[in-house]
Amino acid sequence: MEVSLEIMEEILSMKGITKVYPNGVMANKNVDFSVRKGEIHAIMGENGAGKSTLMKILFGMEQPEEGEIIFKGEKINISSPSAAINYGIGMVHQHFMLVPSLTVAENLVIGIEPKKNNVFFDYDQAIKMTEEVSKKYNLSINPKAVVDTLAVGKKQKIEILKALVRGAEILILDEPTAVLTPQETKELFEELINLKNQGFTIIFISHKLKEVKQITDRLTILRNGRSMGVHETKDTSEQEISNLMVGRDVLLKVDKGEAKVGKPVLKTEKLTYYSDEDKPVVNKVDLEIKKGQILGIAGVEGNGQGELVDLLTGMKTPYSGSIWINEKDTTNHSVKAVRNLKVSHIPEDRMIYGVSGDGSIEENIISDRFDKKKYNTGVLMNVKKLTELAKSLIEDYNIRCASEKQQVRMLSGGNIQKVVVAREFSSEPELIIANQPTRGVDVGSTEFIRKQLVKLRDEGTAVLLVSADLNEVMELSDSLMVMYEGEIVAYFEDATEVTEMELGMYMLGLKRMSVEELGGVMSG
Amino acid sequence: MGSLFNLIFSTTFGYSVLRVTTPILFATIGAMISIKAGVVNISMEGTMLTAALTAVVISGYTGSALAGLIGAILIGMLLGLMLAYFALNLKTNIILAAIAINLMASGGTIFALFVISGDRGISSSINSQMLPRIIIPVLDSIPVLGGIFSNHNILTYVSLISVFFVYVLLYKTPLGLRIRAVGENPNAAESVGINVRKVQYIALIMSGAFAGFGGAYMSMGYVSRFSTDMTAGRGFIALAAEALGMGRPLGILLASLLFGAADALSNSLQRFRIPSEFVQMLPYIVTILGLIIYAVRQTNASKRHKAEDRV
Repeated sequence: MEVSLEIMEEILSMKGITKVYPNGVMANKNVDFSVRKGEIHAIMGENGAGKSTLMKILFGMEQPEEGEIIFKGEKINISSPSAAINYGIGMVHQHFMLVPSLTVAENLVIGIEPKKNNVFFDYDQAIKMTEEVSKKYNLSINPKAVVDTLAVGKKQKIEILKALVRGAEILILDEPTAVLTPQETKELFEELINLKNQGFTIIFISHKLKEVKQITDRLTILRNGRSMGVHETKDTSEQEISNLMVGRDVLLKVDKGEAKVGKPVLKTEKLTYYSDEDKPVVNKVDLEIKKGQILGIAGVEGNGQGELVDLLTGMKTPYSGSIWINEKDTTNHSVKAVRNLKVSHIPEDRMIYGVSGDGSIEENIISDRFDKKKYNTGVLMNVKKLTELAKSLIEDYNIRCASEKQQVRMLSGGNIQKVVVAREFSSEPELIIANQPTRGVDVGSTEFIRKQLVKLRDEGTAVLLVSADLNEVMELSDSLMVMYEGEIVAYFEDATEVTEMELGMYMLGLKRMSVEELGGVMSG
Repeated sequence: MGSLFNLIFSTTFGYSVLRVTTPILFATIGAMISIKAGVVNISMEGTMLTAALTAVVISGYTGSALAGLIGAILIGMLLGLMLAYFALNLKTNIILAAIAINLMASGGTIFALFVISGDRGISSSINSQMLPRIIIPVLDSIPVLGGIFSNHNILTYVSLISVFFVYVLLYKTPLGLRIRAVGENPNAAESVGINVRKVQYIALIMSGAFAGFGGAYMSMGYVSRFSTDMTAGRGFIALAAEALGMGRPLGILLASLLFGAADALSNSLQRFRIPSEFVQMLPYIVTILGLIIYAVRQTNASKRHKAEDRV
């Protein structure tokens, strides 16, 4: 039984890995991870759980603060991607590392070019190498094709070949199916199983349960940077995986009374948007939010929530479908036009869309109203009035700073978010679109922001709350929807009716409501 | 009008097109290498000017045109190295660093000329050498062709051969493959262990060397002296020629010839009764027109590309 012994051999292990980024985020905390030769091993977890960081450490792109890596029984130090390649570790990145104008064969051999007469690049030899490796591992591709002209699935194949041609024994694939069509995914899985049978070890990063169940042997689950253990795939049910992946840790209670809902404020009909890869990332979304109601959208990140928010706020234009705000068609409105309808937006990435880091607190706070008549005298701004406004908002929203002239960049994450919140909440909005309003924000500020949201809702504002934080959507929402792969797969008119476990099943695509069950969304 | 026609379709005009294309072609080749590596070198103008002075000074003092040429190439490489150091090590903006080199060259050459020879503006007191002309044996005796292609300065032939050289370099050597990869997707190049900075250093030094050739030709072939700002924007026209030639060796040869023709025409037209200020504008007007046509075509192409993607 030599074969099975070999299969059991641990080829690589990572022990006690801890990684803290310079901004203080602890991405990995004492994580143990190991793979056996010839297995397909999944690393699962939600976005931000620390999967990518762990793999970046393994591929030499990041250095851990603590922990060690043992490869074939020896402790090694992986200082750079080249070092990882030398150890036989290859990585297929989510964003391909290819040169579009070069051919497949050229891309395959960059850095290890075969030579003719010791001087010239031997293109014929490069083609031969490509043909050989593609035949050997059954990954068919035309070596002379220009990469730019190829479909995504083919490009991914080149990346796998690139690793193989450099002698990789361990392949790390970072969410390889995220960009693939179902047919391409099927083809990829056949190829991966074929590679596994030839003795290759494959690490498969994913948060898609079905795929992991389908092709992996074992899986490691990460949650909030910690390992939730290693499991044999066949002995673990989807329900168990879901519970380990999605769970709430701390409970922040928010007091909130009964919602007093009024007329609809925001309505969408069959809202659809396609990604650059021509996949429907927002797919026929119907939703409705009423005055005085918080509608939460739960979902694993990257299931179209970000695009949906971009469409509603005018930052992207939908391919089809329509958006109505206060019975006005805003489908093709600019950001400014949408905002003029008393819509506020707390963007997902506050440093890019929320604030100008180099500007002062005052400049950031007044950026949505400096042009209003109220704050101008003739052609000049009424600076005194604007400064007073900034000062009073700093006070009201408890922004910790030296003065209103301080650069926003110098503030802590929580206080930067409060600058955004102060601007967006103080403009008397009728609709607030809040995308991850408390991400990366300290506990005190989080509580403050949540209370403010509830207060505005009590005053009659309609709120769309998008959050990957289950605790947040469940605590705050009056009604709740789940987005999965661009579609609304569940709707709960009363958010208190649903448990987190049930929600997890919808979020990971294990369950979905029928059209009839979802009917409540349309009729409200 | 008839005399204009006669002018353009004469052997002399054909000959002068090649003569004035030479410095533009050298600079364009240099620009192309740097752009392919993703580090655009817009200091070709100043580098050529510095090299032109260096050629005059060294050939004047050594009495050897070859020494002057080598000196010009070396100073070109040095300026390329300097730009690379500023942009790649000190992380200054490469455009700003190159503008600084251009400004430094414009004033610095006048200053250096005065310090070395006491001449103001024109190197009349330096007994600089000329690079030889070459008569091509069989070709020379063929009518018309001989008149156009024979009896040119040696660097004119070198510039034409350089087009072939750069083609081989970029498309037939491992270094060329790396240059193109680094310019297009440095992350991809880095991920397979290519030293991106080293490749960009090499590309900038090579582009400086070609500017050195161009400078040497200006002061030891095109004319036989150095004069203030004698490159007259050729280093910038080269950037336009690179764009118009779409970064392909044959393309940049044709684009350089087009700008050369405009230049030659402007020289010849000065014989007619047209205000010389207007005639001298011609090469630059052609440059602008060329770039507009190029830009319009590019925009249309990318629109078409996007439209196809949607379907």
